[in-house]
Amino acid sequence: MYSEKVIDHFTNPRNVGEIENASGVGTVGNAKCGDIMRVYLDIDDDGVIRDCKFKTFGCGAAVATSSMATEMIKGKTVQEAMKLTNKAVMEALDGLPPVKVHCSVLAEEAVHAALWDYSQKKGIVIEGLEKPEEAEEQKVELDAE
Amino acid sequence: MSSFDVKTGNARRTPVLFTRVTEVIMGRFIYLDNAATTKVYPEVAKAVLPYFTELYGNPSSIYSFAGKAKDAVEEAREAIAGIIGAKPNEIYFTGGGSESDNWAIKSTVEAYGSKGAHVITTKIEHHAVLHTCEWLENNGCEVTYLDVDENGLVNPADVEAAIKDNTVLISVMMANNEIGTIEPIAEIGEIARRHGVLFHTDAVQAYCHVPIDVNKMNIDMLSASGHKVGAPKGVGFLYMKRGIRNKSFLHGGAQERGKRAGTTNVPGIVGLAMASRITSDYMKEHAADMASLRDYLIKRVTEEIPYSICNGDRVKRLPNNANFCFRFIEGESLLLLLDNKGICGSSGSACTSASLDPSHVLLAIGLPHEIAHGSLRLTLSSEITKEDIDYTVDCLKEIVARLRSMSPLYDDFIKNEK
Repeated sequence: MYSEKVIDHFTNPRNVGEIENASGVGTVGNAKCGDIMRVYLDIDDDGVIRDCKFKTFGCGAAVATSSMATEMIKGKTVQEAMKLTNKAVMEALDGLPPVKVHCSVLAEEAVHAALWDYSQKKGIVIEGLEKPEEAEEQKVELDAE
Repeated sequence: MSSFDVKTGNARRTPVLFTRVTEVIMGRFIYLDNAATTKVYPEVAKAVLPYFTELYGNPSSIYSFAGKAKDAVEEAREAIAGIIGAKPNEIYFTGGGSESDNWAIKSTVEAYGSKGAHVITTKIEHHAVLHTCEWLENNGCEVTYLDVDENGLVNPADVEAAIKDNTVLISVMMANNEIGTIEPIAEIGEIARRHGVLFHTDAVQAYCHVPIDVNKMNIDMLSASGHKVGAPKGVGFLYMKRGIRNKSFLHGGAQERGKRAGTTNVPGIVGLAMASRITSDYMKEHAADMASLRDYLIKRVTEEIPYSICNGDRVKRLPNNANFCFRFIEGESLLLLLDNKGICGSSGSACTSASLDPSHVLLAIGLPHEIAHGSLRLTLSSEITKEDIDYTVDCLKEIVARLRSMSPLYDDFIKNEK
């Protein structure tokens, strides 16, 4: 059901952990549906992502897409990271079963949510980045349960 | 997006079967998913072989060569009837548990009801019963789905209270396939009898594992499957009490006394009877041993893994079933990591079912979605040893800790605790 790359990134996930005083943190998904991703970014003064970590509650594909997405944006600029798509994450993992495509969408959203948090903290505008409404709603739901 | 899915879906799939078989040969392999299916007993496989290659006659044929196959089928019928206290002519062979459930429920409504007939069942039935009942609802019937308590037990008083003038059938499973809870079948049977309502039980998990007497338990119809008791897949039976006006479900030839068409599955039936006898004899002798191994597993897991619970009734429980929830983690991840250790289990997580909802059984016993996602079912067989259980629990401790270390839910929980 999973490609070798998915199994590899699930079994040996890259960038698991958290960053204290991160430049940006984003949480997406909800526990009710069985997936939550949290991405931490450490961004330097030039807008380059120095480090990136994640924590994920979810299935094999959720962990693998988090791992791959964080690998793909590490060392990139904020603008480059903005361009990360779920499609690119899936391609990098040699594909996902159709029922798991939403995991890659969540990974893209988690990166965007962390970038949004960074832009808010810095008081800057990142071109093309919108407020991740969904994440906030879901956060409320998570707290409520 | 979809063309992309198709493209990637075809790209470099892991040859899972091949690698698993290699692992089985190379490393440790502990099969703890016997509620899903069982290994065919080697002696059963050996005993059915001649019915493929030598005694392959069609039992419906007239010549003496076919008579040997027919005799074998009738001997099998007698053996199976003996296990559940029925008469041989009350046993109808089918293609398995799902067919038996469909037949019992749909045909009873057809024979005894009309549009507007009422059926009583529970929220924790197998999908073979639940989806059949939904089909009935779409065809003008009324179905009551009874709640269960936090251990998964049906209250017989609820069954009685749900009976109405137009109730034609009560269908309550004998033992639940996920959490192993054994239902009060005799009490429900007594209520059904008193009210003149037919009573069907899906005994797919219970058959040969717990003692069954269809007369003492007032059971009118009972479904069972072969591959849960060491027989091949694709064979089962429906017990129907004599005198029930149940109609034919599969139309065609006059096999099974005109009730179930289709050329008789002779090897399957011979295997079903032999495996049933082996399993029920074994369980008569060793049910207590298996239950104590199960309890040892439950005790170690719930005592040694924090924030874990055991689902289902602790006493009224199948001897081979253990079902857990581990908070803050998700079931599919757990299964994949257990698989890496050579351990086969199953989960009621949504991710293992292609829907977004976790197991209907775990929700029915009142678990919130996020906890139900972290479930694990381990089901034992006679081959499982205490050493296997120790290895499994040791792996489980490590895996649960590992998944929690990367879970944002666990993070939040720990930070809130402090």
